[in-house]
Amino acid sequence: MRAWHFSENAYHLLPDAKEYDSIRVPLPNRYYDPKLGADLYHRFIDEWLIAEELGLDIMLNEHHQTATNLNPAGPIVMGILARETKTARLLILGNPIANRREPVRVAEEMAMVDVYSRGRLEVGFVRGVPYEMSAGNHRPTRMMERFWEAYDLILKAWTSHDGPFNWEGKYFHHRQVNIWPRPYQQPHPPVWITALSPGSAQAVGERGTVVACFLTGFDGSKRVFDAYRTRRAELGLPPAGLDRFAYAALVYTGETDEEGYAGARKLMWYVEANKVPFQFTSPPGYHPPPAMAGAMKGPASGVFKMFQNPKLESFMEHGLVFAGNPDSVYRQIIKFYEHVGGFGQILLMGQAGFLDHQETVKGMQLFAREVYPRLKELHPAAAA
Amino acid sequence: MSRTIQSRQLTLHGVQLDISEHGQGRPILVLHGEDGPCPQAPFFSLLANQGRVILPTHPGFGQAPDTADIDTVDDLAYLYLDLLDEYELRDAAVIGCSLGGWIAAEMAVKSTARLSRLILVTPLGIKVGDRETRDIPDIFALPPEEVVRLQYHDPTQGAADYTSLSDDELLVIARNREATALYAWEPYFHNPKLRQRLHRVAIPTLLIWGASDRFVTPGYYGTAYRDAIPGAQLAVIDRAGHWPHVEQPEVFVERVGAFLAST
Repeated sequence: MRAWHFSENAYHLLPDAKEYDSIRVPLPNRYYDPKLGADLYHRFIDEWLIAEELGLDIMLNEHHQTATNLNPAGPIVMGILARETKTARLLILGNPIANRREPVRVAEEMAMVDVYSRGRLEVGFVRGVPYEMSAGNHRPTRMMERFWEAYDLILKAWTSHDGPFNWEGKYFHHRQVNIWPRPYQQPHPPVWITALSPGSAQAVGERGTVVACFLTGFDGSKRVFDAYRTRRAELGLPPAGLDRFAYAALVYTGETDEEGYAGARKLMWYVEANKVPFQFTSPPGYHPPPAMAGAMKGPASGVFKMFQNPKLESFMEHGLVFAGNPDSVYRQIIKFYEHVGGFGQILLMGQAGFLDHQETVKGMQLFAREVYPRLKELHPAAAA
Repeated sequence: MSRTIQSRQLTLHGVQLDISEHGQGRPILVLHGEDGPCPQAPFFSLLANQGRVILPTHPGFGQAPDTADIDTVDDLAYLYLDLLDEYELRDAAVIGCSLGGWIAAEMAVKSTARLSRLILVTPLGIKVGDRETRDIPDIFALPPEEVVRLQYHDPTQGAADYTSLSDDELLVIARNREATALYAWEPYFHNPKLRQRLHRVAIPTLLIWGASDRFVTPGYYGTAYRDAIPGAQLAVIDRAGHWPHVEQPEVFVERVGAFLAST
């Protein structure tokens, strides 16, 4: 198994949540102090560099108009990391390509970072969270159609080397696509796609990229991975290796269980602080109509109900948080691994909210030294 | 005179269309707004006293199937021009409300060959102010109860208690919202070119507005719309908001009837 240190680069220094209606979309940026923000940016980059020293790989993402994540341009920080690091794989998960107006520009940015890093880039594509429809003015209906057209265009841009090609699709128009530079890795960097539902997992399975789930817990993740595997079997495609399956959880490893839980409670800020009103969690067309109808009735059911009133015990029970001493964290991950039919990539959300630098680094160190070596044995091929 | 609502399905150039019809006589095409078709609403049967009311469901609304190739108001305008051709209608009136008013206006700038009256009820579709003026409040960024407050003279008429609705009713609301976003997300509820084309509307045109419409006001949006259409009149109905046919159905149908009867 391969492990990636992931930080949302949150800006947690906010007033009491009673003072604002939403932490995303309309929260005025007067609450953001750029001087404190600069310190945070540099701290988070330092933590990624420490991750590399510890033998972990590096993951970052991109969100817009939110205090939960201050990377509205993921490729920029990835460009910095491509220069500052030497050995770690670099995963951006991901580029919200249903929301980027210019997929060719995404292809260029990713090719550029891949060359900078001498071929260490892994490129994730995501649909984008519902809150970002307003932030980017992107139409939430028929998004996946737009997503897959952007995906096809980017892959063609990466793999065409004999001069311009033409693209007059439903959503994107170019008559002279011919990117410089082309990617360092051939034919192109590894591709990851996030899927939270079986329907989208099927489409990812057809294409055989890495599929990643975020905080979907035991059963949600199993449904996604099963759908991916089943779809490949239906199509007669070769079975996917474990490195095709990724899971992101909140992870804190302490010397004792108590220390692990204390760290994890601080990570829970990310879900506790995610105060967002209905109109931004449920833009029209983002969720299928039956799911929308359910959301209109009130607090969601199943695993998502936990997000209404997040509790560490419940998040741990359902596999959204792995926390405790190294043995406990290892056992929790193994239990999850067995439940979902195996997975080869773990995305460690190891920094959020009020977890300070020392605490963040300590959790990473204990994981890297005490837990990771045992996980690597699970799937040696993916943890080369 | 037929007193029952007839439902039918038509396939027009590959697009399946659900249609409710009521009444006989002069054809009146009714284009519904973001709230979907409401064939059971009082105004619909009152209107059926004035003629043959034809109420299609825009693809994707209510229970109507959506169609891959239909995703703009322009597509809907051509679809309903095709419907007029299919029915071989003459001297038809078109009534459109809000989103439906936008569709009706787009039809009228393309062709009025089969039309003799245009009635735009709190129509959307034009850009009035400058780039930093949000002419039309962003329904997708407002709490649902705030949208109701802006759109109704009496907000209790429009308030929906989602917890008291059936799954089927909620599904219809969810589909209506999704279809509205499909057609009106960007540019938001307007076609930047429509206003400059409205001079082409060469048939008598009546705009109807609720005096209490705080969503798009008669004084700002209504007069701008009226001024863009040669000879158009603007009628304002008291104690009504953005949906005057819902809040004041009798007065509404009276105004429509008088306009249809005028020469």
